[in-house]
Amino acid sequence: MKQNLFTSIVVFGTTVVLGAASTLAVGDVANEKLITPRAMADALHLVMDSDRTIYTRKIVNRLVKKDKVIKASEHFQDDKALALPAQMFRFGSELVAKRADALPDVNFSYSLQSLWPVNRQNAPKTEAEKTGLKYVAENVGKNYYTTEKLGGKSYFTAVYPDIAVAPVCVSCHNDHKDSPRRDFKIGQVMGGVVIRIPVDQ
Amino acid sequence: MAAERSNGRYWWLWGLITLAIVAALAWVLLRDEDKTLFMPGPLSDGHHQLAERCDICHGEAMAGEEVIQENCVECHGEDRVKPFDSHPRSKFRDPRNADRLEKIDALRCVTCHTEHKSEITRKDGVTQPRDLCSHCHADIAEDRPSHQGMAFDTCASAGCHNFHNNRALYTDFLVKHMDDTDTRRDGRVPPRGFHEALEEILTYPRDRYPLQPVAAAAVDMPADLDRSEGMNADGIRHWLQTAHARAGVNCSACHQGGDAQAPWRPRPDPKSCGSCHDQELDRFGKGKHGMRLAAGLPPMTTDRARLPMRSDAAHESLDCNSCHKAHDDDVVKAAVEACEGCHDDRHTRAYRNSSHFRLWQAEVLGSAPPGSGVSCATCHMPRVERDISDWSSRIVVDHNQSANLSPNTKMIRGACLHCHGLGFSIDALADRTLVERNFDGRPGIHVQSIDLARKDQENYLKELKGSPGEKR
Repeated sequence: MKQNLFTSIVVFGTTVVLGAASTLAVGDVANEKLITPRAMADALHLVMDSDRTIYTRKIVNRLVKKDKVIKASEHFQDDKALALPAQMFRFGSELVAKRADALPDVNFSYSLQSLWPVNRQNAPKTEAEKTGLKYVAENVGKNYYTTEKLGGKSYFTAVYPDIAVAPVCVSCHNDHKDSPRRDFKIGQVMGGVVIRIPVDQ
Repeated sequence: MAAERSNGRYWWLWGLITLAIVAALAWVLLRDEDKTLFMPGPLSDGHHQLAERCDICHGEAMAGEEVIQENCVECHGEDRVKPFDSHPRSKFRDPRNADRLEKIDALRCVTCHTEHKSEITRKDGVTQPRDLCSHCHADIAEDRPSHQGMAFDTCASAGCHNFHNNRALYTDFLVKHMDDTDTRRDGRVPPRGFHEALEEILTYPRDRYPLQPVAAAAVDMPADLDRSEGMNADGIRHWLQTAHARAGVNCSACHQGGDAQAPWRPRPDPKSCGSCHDQELDRFGKGKHGMRLAAGLPPMTTDRARLPMRSDAAHESLDCNSCHKAHDDDVVKAAVEACEGCHDDRHTRAYRNSSHFRLWQAEVLGSAPPGSGVSCATCHMPRVERDISDWSSRIVVDHNQSANLSPNTKMIRGACLHCHGLGFSIDALADRTLVERNFDGRPGIHVQSIDLARKDQENYLKELKGSPGEKR
């Protein structure tokens, strides 16, 4: 009887200790620095790029080119039209910037830039952007990673090539009044996505 | 010894006076509602009505800059970003613009709109030098060759740019409208859409007030109201013809807030109107007519106004019933006579000599179609499409009559373009003398914006015809 009681206490105690330990271990995993800034940037880019590709193919291309039911326009509000994929991307980045204000831990930022921008404000500005955009344009399929200091803070900066995936990308940029380049071809690098993650150094 | 004694007396006197001053200031600070005594300088035209309520901007106990920023956005946020914000906060939060932020802190409204500094405050409460744009757009001529040689203090000239939202005036819009005729013969303003929108207002008590005319026998005014509060038979007959009665809005809807058990309110307040007309009340509270009411202060009175007002209207106050009589919803009176009842500036006085007024008269008399006349409200309270949810919108009379005056080019889309071409509208609004004459005549000023857009467009078309490749 006594032995049974002792066994029960040992089993119960072990269960409690193991349970607590496993809970603590899970908690630690959540706070451990397992993901590198590079992996985080790669993951973010994968999501951004996939979302925009889906919007370009399954919404804009389908409704504009295939079903021919609506136009896509830079002035989509005035023209009662679909927003362009690049605008959809930019609006997302603006909303992230607004929301990230309240979340200092995930205060990353991203933008779509080009050496041949339709809007001059989207030309590379920092040294990292200039070098990165040139690198991804000249080294097909490669990304560019670096660190930089802006406004007294350190950032991990990743630049991913942005490639013309659909005929509308090429035709829109080649025909746009403010485009500095008019000979883009499908499959070519048109610019780059720049992702910045603050890092302590 | 005698000198020391007299000095001691002065010390006592000094102490007492100081104590009295401190006590008076402390009383004002802690107990008095009006704290204008502590104001460091006069308020701008946009805020002077709120002088008694420091906390509207500064928050309780003079909170910090963050609270001021939140309060700016609370009142001005929507007008700043609609239809889109060309300089959103996110642009400046981006680390790549950290160097620009060091030059000019565009994250805070007060960087460009400092209050209490009347000596440097220009129109629309702007306190930055006029060449502000040069900080970031110094190389604009490379992008827009037509802008070569222009001085940066002319960017915000009438018909050109405005920092927050170039509502009417982006290049492609100028190009689209560059060959507009000055005036369209078939110009019309859109009809108001409140009646149709009732279907969309889910909270409307349609069970109690079905959308059908109130029958004379169904008027639910309590029979025991005394003569001063109740209506006589003539009054009721007249009321039955109004839009409210025709839409089924019975007496109790306003006087008891739709609750049969609630006490009878002889004079329903603006909140009561807002229970159905929430968009109108919200916008009224954002403009100079209703901002005091929205701030919980006694209503605006004409003697507080900085614009010229009629001396015989010196004590008129402003709530919904000032322009819309409670039992007589004559919007014709509300659109012209109500305005003229108080405003007494040159622009108002010139209205009845203008072609706008002649068109209004023709519409009111029935000799011209609905929507063809131009009242004060046509331009100053335009009928604009507003989102009432993420999935629906309706045409609302924008009761914030201040919104499309800062700058007045904001009036172009909501009002002018219904009947006029873009170029004509830009020129007319830039001509101050013509504005004073209430647009009786033709613009004497020509703004170049459309000419520049035309030139850029012609260059672009020439370039498209040329060989493909890099432009530069």
